Parts: sequence; structure tokens; C-alpha cells
Amino acid sequence: MAVARSHPALTVGKYAALLGYLTFALFPLYWLFKIAITPDQLIFTEGTNLWPSALTIDNFRTVLFQTDFLAYFGNSLFVSLGTAAVTTVIAAGAGYAFSRFDFGGKRLIIAVMLVTQMFPLLMIIAPIYKIVASLGMLNSLTSLIVVYTAFNIPFATFLMQSFFDGIPKDLEEAAMMDGCSRFQALRKVIFPLTLPGLGATLGFVFTAAWSELLFALMLISKNEAMTFPVGLLTFVSKFSVDWGQMMAAGVLALIPSCLFFIFIQRYLVQGLTSGAVKG
Amino acid sequence: MTTRVQNTVMPGEPRARRSLYWQYMIEPFLYLSPAIFLIGTVMLIPLIIGISYSFQAIELLNPFDTGWVGFENYLKLWSDRKFWIALENTFWWTFWSISFQFFLGLGLALLLNTQFFGKRLFQALVFLPWAVPTFLSALTWAWLFNPVIGPLPHWMASLGLLSEPYNIMGDPSLAMWGPIVANIWFGVPFFAITLLAALQSIPGELYEAAEIDGATPWQCFTKITLPFLAPMIAITVMLRTIWIANFADLIYVMTGGGPANSTQIVSSYIFTTAFRKLDFGYASAIAVALLGLLLIYAIILLWLRKKLVKI
Amino acid sequence: MARIELRDVVKRYGAVEVLRDINLDIQDGEFIVLVGPSGCGKSTLLRMIAGLEPITEGDFTIDGVRMNDVRPRDRDIAMVFQSYALYPHMDVARNMGFSMEIRKDPVQDRIDRVRGAADTLGLSALTKRLPKALSGGQRQRVAMGRAIIRDPRAFLFDEPLSNLDAALRVEMRLEIARLHQKLGATMVYVTHDQVEALTLADRIVVLNGGDIQQVGSPLELYERPANKFVAQFIGSPTMNVLPVTGGDHGVTVANGVTLALPHLPDTLQATELGIRPEHLDVVPAGAGEIAGVADVVEHLGSDTNIYANIEGLGSLMIRKHGNIPIRSGDRLGLRFQTENAHIFAADGTALRRATGSADKAESGHAPTRSLDSDPLAVLLEDPQ
Repeated sequence: MAVARSHPALTVGKYAALLGYLTFALFPLYWLFKIAITPDQLIFTEGTNLWPSALTIDNFRTVLFQTDFLAYFGNSLFVSLGTAAVTTVIAAGAGYAFSRFDFGGKRLIIAVMLVTQMFPLLMIIAPIYKIVASLGMLNSLTSLIVVYTAFNIPFATFLMQSFFDGIPKDLEEAAMMDGCSRFQALRKVIFPLTLPGLGATLGFVFTAAWSELLFALMLISKNEAMTFPVGLLTFVSKFSVDWGQMMAAGVLALIPSCLFFIFIQRYLVQGLTSGAVKG
Repeated sequence: MTTRVQNTVMPGEPRARRSLYWQYMIEPFLYLSPAIFLIGTVMLIPLIIGISYSFQAIELLNPFDTGWVGFENYLKLWSDRKFWIALENTFWWTFWSISFQFFLGLGLALLLNTQFFGKRLFQALVFLPWAVPTFLSALTWAWLFNPVIGPLPHWMASLGLLSEPYNIMGDPSLAMWGPIVANIWFGVPFFAITLLAALQSIPGELYEAAEIDGATPWQCFTKITLPFLAPMIAITVMLRTIWIANFADLIYVMTGGGPANSTQIVSSYIFTTAFRKLDFGYASAIAVALLGLLLIYAIILLWLRKKLVKI
Repeated sequence: MARIELRDVVKRYGAVEVLRDINLDIQDGEFIVLVGPSGCGKSTLLRMIAGLEPITEGDFTIDGVRMNDVRPRDRDIAMVFQSYALYPHMDVARNMGFSMEIRKDPVQDRIDRVRGAADTLGLSALTKRLPKALSGGQRQRVAMGRAIIRDPRAFLFDEPLSNLDAALRVEMRLEIARLHQKLGATMVYVTHDQVEALTLADRIVVLNGGDIQQVGSPLELYERPANKFVAQFIGSPTMNVLPVTGGDHGVTVANGVTLALPHLPDTLQATELGIRPEHLDVVPAGAGEIAGVADVVEHLGSDTNIYANIEGLGSLMIRKHGNIPIRSGDRLGLRFQTENAHIFAADGTALRRATGSADKAESGHAPTRSLDSDPLAVLLEDPQ
């Protein structure tokens, strides 16, 4: 906007606002990090200082090697990657169908998918618990993957659809004229062009699965099958005095989802721009 | 599936094939079937079971007293004072969360739609809270509000907001603000991302035309930007309201609904009823009530959108 | 090489009928142009031939083999898209060779043919570029290269020139004409631009509202349009149409002037008269059948366009070769070249000489008449 350039006061205001947002967004994360690297004996005496007078990585070491942290981390990684991969494949198929075909029942299916975004997931927590229990699948990471996949399919489908909508239909028609079956056209022409979309969806679902708490809490009770959120909560109750270690665990938990997110956020905006606004 | 595979393994051969027309009808369902199957089995069937639970007595602590009870759970709900408190809390929790998230998100989106140095890095960093796992944002904010290791109570005390640095989440009249602040922090990026996407789809010529016509920046904002954003705002606010009303994680981790139920919202009440008291029947009745209220809200909002939004 | 036949073809989307009773024979090696206003169904028809849209009813055959249910890949037809539809992630050579890659043709064969096609189209220096690094004209050439590379039975073109600027359009039009001469392949070409249709086509199919209005050579359509729609759609500038009352061997124009039309005895049901701008002669005021005042005069150098106001009739357009010294405001007389006049019944059908055979809506196999003057010369000038 040309406005900001013409009025110096507005420019100052704009940068002040930018700084404000940045502080609001990052300060809590900074605080997490700060306590994690503060030596135990200073946590209380320097509790509210912005920077500790001494640093330590002991907390990280303890968390990594003297607790079940790595097991939780592994479980979460397995569940989140599994969910992300399966969801993305299924959502890509569904998004492709929505983007390229007109068929009876399309509106109904889309409406049902929208409704699934509305109802309290808590409502199905009890039935799912009973179903999973009766299948003997409690404490299994696979059951978590299946449940998370289903929850994430609707949004991932809409996201993928908007990416497919951004690719001209002519391209796969040209490929079909060139001798491809529809599936070949999908694989050779459309797939390479949707890679950013697939990446964004993958990252989005990964982040969602990485943070899910309630269903993990309910379906997993054995320590060796716990995912990160559940593990960290037991951590909180077990070591409720050891702030440094909890924060260190928190910082470590943050790393994968933040890495993923920094990579995908640009594509998320892109995907929403190309498709979602039209409706 | 099988017909397609057969078709592709013998290319070029003349063969009797089902009509293309038929193939066009059936093909989308091949791509959709895994999604439909999973949503059906993991969400819709449990939803129906969940609704049926609300008409039953299912208490794990009382396993011999199960069976159909008709509307008994709902009658109990009607006279449950805790439910009405939770409903009121849900309203304030949702209202303040959505208002702050929306206005801060709109501001951020407008800023991100301008040019400035280091924008890409800024955007990645400022969206970061969305990527923080919910339970972790809950813990982080709980820690920030803790006067022992967090700075916030001290700052609020020195600003005169608090008489002394204590934990506001222990004070029934203020406790709700703890989760609300965490929720604002967590939710601003979502609004910013969706509104930014909508902003970027507004054709630039419109602003140029308006400028030539002599419009002030404020007029540009109210006459072009807002009307263009309106459909997106309506749909986003609706989805987010429903989502926030259902969103119990932050409250569950930060306050557990306490102190004295002052932060108990309906969805956290459902969770407590189901997994602390193990009373699934009653929990389902509360959930059905919440679903009904949210549906009414969605219908009203969609109707308003139809009335008000022209494009 | 291919002979394409469409028999009673119908296309419906739900209850909406977009094409009705399409019957069309396309001869081997023929260049057919489908033309009509937007929404007339011409692109849908092309896409049905390609196999990209299912055919609701009727039969579609290539060389006598029914193709309705054959998938696009097995029809051995190449298509050039309006958007070119180049694969953005493949370079020019791979774009052109993609069909051979899919068919697993020998690699050396593919390389040779790509090189050959690139030479023909002047793309040799660009084969390693990605489409985004090409100009519009170059992209258009790559799209054509992709079509010719595999020597298909027929070529389909879907408004291939509409994204190019005027000069390039003329150039590429010539190139397509040369390509047709060289390959002698069956080509079906969709356009809304009548100049492209008239210059390229062996036969033109005029579509409107889902119906074929007329099929015929460019000259036939120009000289003997089957109805008012074709008469006004073909020819530039557009034919003038005046309301008339039919009489015996002639019509009466609305302002009372009677025109004798001895070559058109069947004039009783006439309600409108059509006369092309080039078939009106300017004569001194007072002479001719009607009098008018020149309103706007356009001097194009080779031609002069005169828009004349006629009292009680509205505006008529006249086009004359050369530079006619008339200025806005001049009074002038107009003479109809009545042998070139067309008359239409109330339903828009052109009324014809009673020749025994009812050639009201002839389907185009009549031999082309040779003419002393060549009206195509007028037709073929680009309006730009």
C-alpha cells in the first residue's frame, strides 16, 4: 500500500505493530527456552529475569537420557508421520475427485465432510473408545493413526482440492490425448505439479497429529505406547517440581512441528488463495 | 478397481469395454472411497452410536445399571446447575477468544499484505504459534501465569492490574482469562492465514481504480476490502466459533475446569463427565445438546450470510 | 488418415441439451472448421470427438469403427488446446515427445522425430527450455509440434490462435494451412473467428444453440446462406437486414420501395431482405432505389465503409473498393445488386429459387460455382 510510504507516522506505527505481533508470538516460546537452559538453582531466584546469569544444558541431557522421553518422541513421530502420509494419499484422491469430476452425491458428500468439522469430537470419544476396546486395539499406535486420519481427511481434502483446482484441466486432457490413461496422466503430469500442495497437506496433518491430546489420552494408557502430549502430561504430574526438565522436554517437542510449519506456511496461504475463496 | 487395472494392462487391444459414460460415473467414487469409508466408520457410525448413548444409562462405575432410559439424561441435564454454568462459560470463552483472534488476525493479515523488509521471515515466525502443539501452548501459558517461574503476574502487578503477583488461574473471577489468552495466541495465525489468502485474491486494479476515483485509504478499506473479505470472514468466523466452542484441550490442561467450575465449558464438562466420572450416557446427552446449539448457530449465521453478503 | 462420421449425436448435461441431432461426415484429409458464437456447442462437439466428453446418444465412427466408448488414448487423435496445455515441468523436447514416451516407442526414434518436428517448426534452439521461458507464439508451436510428432489419424484444434496477438495469428494461420497441405491429414478446427474459418476450411460447419445451421464450403456459405443466422454470421462486415413485405417476384421495403427479384420467384413469404455491404452501389443522389445521408465514412485506403441513414429504414452499411470521395453529411442514392440479395421467411429460413430439388438447407456436397468476380477477395481481408 502506498499509504504507508507517504506518511512517516504510519510507517512508524506499522513497524511498531509488526514488532508487537512478533513479541506476542515469540515471547512464550522464548520463555520456554529460557527456563530450559537455566540451571535449577537459579530458576526461583531469577524466576522473572529476562536472561539467566548462568546457562546449562543439563536439563536437556536428563530429559533425553534418563526419562522415557525418547520413547514418547519415537511414538509420536511414528503416529504423526503415519497419519500424515496416509491422510495425504487419501485426501489427494478425494480432492482430485472433487476438483475434476461432477457426479451425483457430490454436494451431499461435501456437506457431510463440512458437518464433521462441526460436531464435538468429544461426542464420539466414548463410542470410539468402546469400538477400539472391543477390537482389542487399545494402546496400539495403529488405532491412533486410523482415528487421526479420519479426523484430518475433511480439511486435508478441501486443501488438496484447492491445489488441484489451481492446475488447469487441459493438462491432463492433453496427457490423455497423448496416450495416457487417467491414472498415468495423474502420475506423470498432475502429481509433479501438486508437490507443493502435497507438502503443505503433509505438514499440516503432521502438525495436527503431533499435537493431538484427548484421543491419545483416552486410547493410550501404557507408558511404552504413549505419544508425546500424553507422555509430557504424565511428566507434569510426575515431576511437577522440576520446571527445567519439563521446559526442556517442551522445547524438544516443539522442534519437529515448527520445522514442518515453517516449510509449509507459504503453501498454505497459496492453497487457500487459489481455491477456497471462490466458494 | 479391477476393471481399470484390466484396461491398463492390455493397451491398444480392441476390446469390449463398458461405456465411457459409465466409467465417468463410477471413477470419482474410486478416488473417494477410502475417504468415505474412513469418515463413515470412524466418525459417522460413532456419531450415531454417541447419539444413542444419550438415551441410555452407561456408567462404567455402575455396570449393572445399564439400559435404555429415554429422555432421562436430558431431564437431568435440564436441572443440572453445572451444565448451565458451563454453557455461560462457553459463551464468554468463545466470544472473547473469537473477537480477539479475529481483530488481531485481521490486523496481521493487513500488515502481511503490505511490503516490508524481512517479510518472509516475519511471516514464518509470526505464524509459529499455530504449529505449537496445543498441550504445549497450554503448559507454556500456564507456566507464564505462574508467579514462581513466570513473569506475567509480576508485570501485571507492577502495572497495577493485580494487587500482588498471584496466579490468576487460582482466582475464580479471573481464571478464564488464562486459557483465553493462550487461545488468542494460538488462534491468531489461523485467522491471519485465511484472511491473507482472501486479501491476496482481491484484484489490485480495484484499488487503483478507487484511488483514481479519489477514495481515501479508509474508504478503500470499507468499500473494497471489507466487502471482498466478507464471505471469507463469515465462513471462517462460523467454523472457528464452532471449533473453539468444542475446544477443550487448553482448558483441560491449564485449569481442569477449576477453580470451582469457573472455567468449566461444556466440552470440558463432557470430557470430565465421560472420563472422570465414566458416565458415558450423561456425557453423550451433554454432547448432543451442544451439537444442537452449534447447529442452530451455524444455520443462523449461514442465513445471515445469504442475506447480507452480495458477492 | 481418417474418415469421421457423426450420426444423430446428442449431448446432454442432465436435462440440458447442448447438442441436438448432429449429423456430419468428415472426409479423409478434409479440413473442417466448426464455427459459431460462444456457447453454441462447438467445443463440446470437438471434445466428444476427442473422447474427453462422453457422447449421450448417437454414433461416432472413425473409418467405420464405432468409437463412442473408446478412450481418448486409444483413438489415435491429436489435439491442440486453446491454452496449449504444455506440461510446465517438462522441457520443450520432452513435451513434444511425451506421447511417444507414453507409448514406449524406441528412444532413438523419439529423438529423431522430436528433432524433425522442432526443425519444421523453428524450435531447434529451444528444445531444452521449459514452457514458462517461451513466448506465446513459441508455446503455440510446441503445442503443434506435440500434435504432429506421432502422426495421428486426425488433428483437433480448439481455438488454437485465440491467445495470440493479431500479427502472430495471421502467421500461425498460414502455418496451420501449410501443415494441412503437407500432411494431408483430417483436421477439425474450432473457432469463433470467421476469418480463420473462411481461410482454412475446406468446409465450414456453422453451429448455433446446439444445432448445425449449415455445412458447406466458405463460398457456399457466403453466397447461399441457409438462413439469416448464417447470413449474418459469415461475411465481414455483417450483412444488412431490412424488414420487407413479400410480393410476387419481388419485395417491398418498409419505406415503400419495391425491389424486383426475378431470380427469386418464391418471394411471397418473405419478411426480411438481406444485402451484404459490398452488394450496395453508391449512385448520385436521386438515382438508385433509395436515398440516404452518409452518417459515418471510414476510409481504409483499399476500401471505403459508408454508414448511411435511410429515412424510415435506419442505418445501412455500404462497402466499396478503393477510395470513394464521400464525406459525412453527403446525400447519396443507393442501388441494390438485386441478384445478390437474400430473402428470409419469418422463421429465418432463406428463400431460394425453385429448382425442383429443395435446396433450402443443403448439406454441402453441391459443386462450387465458379464466379467472374471473386467475393472471397473481400471476405478474406482481416477486419483488423
